[in-house]
Amino acid sequence: MTERITKSMAKNIYYGGGMFALLIFAGLTFDSVQQIPERSNQTAMTESVVHGKALWEKNNCVGCHTILGEGAYYAPELGNVFQRRGASDEQTFKAYMLGWMAAQPLAIPDRRKMPQFNLTEKEVNEMSDFLIWTSKVDTNEWLPTIEG
Amino acid sequence: MKYTSQMVAKPYFIFALILLAGEILFGLLMAVQYLFGDFLFPLIPFNVLRMVHTNLLIVLILFGFMGASYYLVPEEAERELWSPKLAIITFWVFAVTGVATILGYLFVPYAELTELTFNNLLPTMGREFLEQPLPTKLGIVLVVVSYIVNVTMTVILGRKTVITTVLFTGLFFMAAFFLVAFYVPENLVLDKFLWWFTIHLWVEATWELILGAILAFVLIKVTGVDREHIDKWLYLIIAMTMISGILGTGHHFFYMGAPEYWLWIGSIASAVEPLPFFLMILFAFTMSKNRKIKHDNEMALTWAKGTAVVSFLGAGVLGFIHTLAPVNMFTHGTQLTAAHGHLSFYGAYIMIIFTIISYAMPIMRGRPHGNCAKAQALELKSFWMMNIGMVGLTLSLATAGVMQILDQRVGTELLGFMESQTTIAGVYTVRAGFGVLVFLGLLTYFASFFVKEEQIA
Repeated sequence: MTERITKSMAKNIYYGGGMFALLIFAGLTFDSVQQIPERSNQTAMTESVVHGKALWEKNNCVGCHTILGEGAYYAPELGNVFQRRGASDEQTFKAYMLGWMAAQPLAIPDRRKMPQFNLTEKEVNEMSDFLIWTSKVDTNEWLPTIEG
Repeated sequence: MKYTSQMVAKPYFIFALILLAGEILFGLLMAVQYLFGDFLFPLIPFNVLRMVHTNLLIVLILFGFMGASYYLVPEEAERELWSPKLAIITFWVFAVTGVATILGYLFVPYAELTELTFNNLLPTMGREFLEQPLPTKLGIVLVVVSYIVNVTMTVILGRKTVITTVLFTGLFFMAAFFLVAFYVPENLVLDKFLWWFTIHLWVEATWELILGAILAFVLIKVTGVDREHIDKWLYLIIAMTMISGILGTGHHFFYMGAPEYWLWIGSIASAVEPLPFFLMILFAFTMSKNRKIKHDNEMALTWAKGTAVVSFLGAGVLGFIHTLAPVNMFTHGTQLTAAHGHLSFYGAYIMIIFTIISYAMPIMRGRPHGNCAKAQALELKSFWMMNIGMVGLTLSLATAGVMQILDQRVGTELLGFMESQTTIAGVYTVRAGFGVLVFLGLLTYFASFFVKEEQIA
């Protein structure tokens, strides 16, 4: 098959094809960046949500959990934890989170352990706000079930 | 070896191999903690083990690429390296930065580390694979810039070949895409979107260019096939890589908040992604069949063929299986991703580093015809141990992924994450076993370096 292709043809496919792919990618990227604020409901992104995300990063939560499917697979997905543990009710979820974070690490032998991060009540609430906001992102109907 | 400055590659190769041993060791620790949650807890929590495991991988691949470049660029450019001294300084800066960062992960709680390293001035930490503190990230930029300058100057002052042009293109875009890592948007979705510019475009585009260049170089050397012919294949492979790899970024944009059209773009491009790897197999085996010389270093060619085959399985086949949008709806964020990740990184990047080390190291040690038959026999044994170990480990993770999907995502009687993980424990035990085999394979590989040369009568 390759006998009919010369080196200069191959070179042209590389440069032409690469540029073509890059241009389409750049165009779609531009469009996506325009659409993301609406799809992620950016107007609902309060100061508390932004603080919650900073805490998420500061404590390397993604080192064990996935969020919208990305991260580590040691601990549960948290993109829909608001629906799963809070039944989509903000007060229920925040109360659950305060109890849960305070109880870590659980004293069950050889269960996978979540460290105690010593967050203040305000910080736990910010984390909850961040997770609530995340659960409302338009993800093209992912996750398939509530169990994550 | 034609140029004395090629010798700077040696410390890079040795250090890359030491880091690889550390990487696998931390992988084994994680495999045990997966089964026994109290193991090493709270001394080293899982997120720290994982950070060390993945960061060592990234750094060792960079060391391998740098060693490979410093070895092959002088020979391609037909002149000494522009500055061997700079290459040695770069080595030490990178090694010290790398070691200090790993020690920081292990001995300082992560939240405290963010405070100590000025993350509040420019927050970049706490994102998967890009956990490095700001000073480390700046160090990486310095190291990579110095590396690119050294390679570029050597090429500009010497002979220009397709191999060095492709290598340079890969390096340049690798550096460019890393800069995106310094910008972390407050919006999680935009953050994820841009994060892939570094992660995906490194692994599935720019690094593949570097891989292609190294593979082409070794094949020219050990098969003696005409350069014109090799160049043509290299162009075809990287053409397919670029076309499928760049738009293939879209398969990460299905379900994290990006627009719907990525479901189509990502799926179509992903369907093409196995093609460059398939061409790579054809490339390695055709060149091997049409070879004009029979190099005594047979292991170098074995690794070259191996990297083509295993990266096709790991990156090509396993990648393709779960990057069609309707399938990814179920597989996204499960152990299937981990399965694919392990075999692709091993097949494409660890094995290409073994390829160049197996080719270049004997030459740098004064054995132009490769290691003696006894050493090569031991190396072949390590080749199979590591390959079987990695394939077994990958199949275990894939099985775990399928079980996880059936438990949590299919049907009406669903299990929660932790219950499902308990049902998978047996498979995780098998995974750990194969992990041990990989580690023993690596130790066997190390042992092959110490086999005494037979006296030539």
